[in-house]
Amino acid sequence: MTGMGQGSVGAAAPGGGALVKRPKGAGRGRRRSRLQTSGRIAILVLVFGYLVLPLFAMAEFSTRGDYGSRSLASYAAIFEYPDVVDGIMTSLEIAVVTVFGMLLLLVPTMIWTVVRVPRMRRVVEFLCLLPLAIPAIVIVVGIAPIYRWMGQNLGVFGGSPLTLAFINIILVLPYAYRAIDSSIRTVDVATLAEAARSLGAGWPRTILQVIVPNIRGGILSASVLAVALVLGEYTISSLLSFHTLQVVIYLLGKRDPFVSVAVSLAALVFAFVLLYLIARFAPGAGKRAVEEEPAT
Amino acid sequence: MTGTPIIAPASPGTTAAGPATGGAGSRRFRGAKNYLALIPFHAYVGFFLVLPTAIVAIGAFTTAQGDFTLDNLTRLFTDDVLVSAFMKSIQLAIMTAIAGAILGALLAWAVVRGDPNGQLRQVVIAASGVLAQFGGVMLAFAFLATFGFNGLVTILFKDYLHVDMLTDASWLYSLTGLAVVYTYFQIPLMLIVFLPSLDGLRQEWYEASSSLGGSSWSFWRSVGGPILAPSFLGALLLLFTNAFSAYATAAALVSQGSPIITLQIASQFQSEVVLGQENVGKAIALGMIIIVSIVMTLYALIQRRASRWVR
Repeated sequence: MTGMGQGSVGAAAPGGGALVKRPKGAGRGRRRSRLQTSGRIAILVLVFGYLVLPLFAMAEFSTRGDYGSRSLASYAAIFEYPDVVDGIMTSLEIAVVTVFGMLLLLVPTMIWTVVRVPRMRRVVEFLCLLPLAIPAIVIVVGIAPIYRWMGQNLGVFGGSPLTLAFINIILVLPYAYRAIDSSIRTVDVATLAEAARSLGAGWPRTILQVIVPNIRGGILSASVLAVALVLGEYTISSLLSFHTLQVVIYLLGKRDPFVSVAVSLAALVFAFVLLYLIARFAPGAGKRAVEEEPAT
Repeated sequence: MTGTPIIAPASPGTTAAGPATGGAGSRRFRGAKNYLALIPFHAYVGFFLVLPTAIVAIGAFTTAQGDFTLDNLTRLFTDDVLVSAFMKSIQLAIMTAIAGAILGALLAWAVVRGDPNGQLRQVVIAASGVLAQFGGVMLAFAFLATFGFNGLVTILFKDYLHVDMLTDASWLYSLTGLAVVYTYFQIPLMLIVFLPSLDGLRQEWYEASSSLGGSSWSFWRSVGGPILAPSFLGALLLLFTNAFSAYATAAALVSQGSPIITLQIASQFQSEVVLGQENVGKAIALGMIIIVSIVMTLYALIQRRASRWVR
């Protein structure tokens, strides 16, 4: 013990020597960090400027009134276009169906792979990430015959815009998988399940009342991402001729660009608030959730 | 103290005894039942993702009558319009991936220097998520409001600064315009993808390098650079596929013709008229799948290497 103490005292001497020299190095460091700080601020201003400018221009454009005045008339006018209101409602309905469908499909499957068939985990992961390698426009080409068939054979439901939820669930899989997976990794799901089962809970109860509450952060993130994705989806709905929010915004752009910019900005702000809330209130879960590849 | 050792060996014993008494048959049966629970998921993905992909792949090799043909695919290499659309898409994707990766990496660096749980970071990440992933048509309109014929910057230059720059807004509707808007959504995507790697770059390494007499430059050249290189390269590939497969922005901006490949698919899709070319759209789609799959496979390989340093 004493030897170690001596050793550390001995080691302290060169350290002390370095300490004398330090002010020089620290000065260099400070100069460097001042340089870094100004570089950092310059980058923030320039790149941020580029990112913010079009958003600012949207705000400016959509609030133009008569004779150079400012007015919110374009925002008020949103509700005077019935197809815009319909588009918003349609997209929100699709979003709700997508969220529930996605959770129903993904959550039990993911829990099951962790608890019972870990060997299949990689397969499920691969299938969930697969949509990243297949562009949305390619999915449209391949799925159009399936939709034509559904439209002809499934009655009113087959032709409803709600059927878009089927594809949206596929599109959201990569993001939802990552969000839920990062939550599942933070809790020992297998042990939780075993404990619940050994106390006599059936599988539905184990999943719904024991595991789901423990991964609610990931479930929340996945749901929010699904909502944002559905509200922003254009490619598939436009090519399959469904009038969702984005399609309506696009069509409106030709008639009344001021109102369509107003709707766009409102939708972007809405999506921002949603994502900011996950970043803020579901940390950890939200962190990885917003990662990777868009679906534009 | 005595309780735990007794229970501990006992529990593996009982679990081992369970399947043993049940016999190998029931164990295999239970295993099969476990796999059965995954059927809904696989059926769903099979029907709505694998089947459409198969329809595309098979359609690319068949005529409208269902006979085998290579005409659709050879068209990809012989039809000037399609060749040029593929080339332009690839060019656009490479250019905007590089520009977006550099600007996004710089922005990520500027953001990561701040407090990891700070407001700035959370706001930037949320905003990046929106701009990178849910833009599409709305971003096209944002640029029309900025650089369009009645856009903010156009009016500013024309009426207030009286400079003859950017006053002819038609550039926005061309490939140049697409490149500018694409770069706009590449930057936030780069930030989202690259931020975790920058987080993995530890302050201790920087201190170790400088205490050994290394300058800031030598740190980036021999420590930071090599560590970040795989993630940067991976992100570059991801950005490439992102721009390559983008459709919404281009559809909303480009008014004349179909200069890029996603617009070509859409126009083939919307007007399936020319006799004998019914499945050309599927061939183009298959071409896209092949290009994107190659790039994404490379991405996955690089990512595996890059993830070593990500905390």
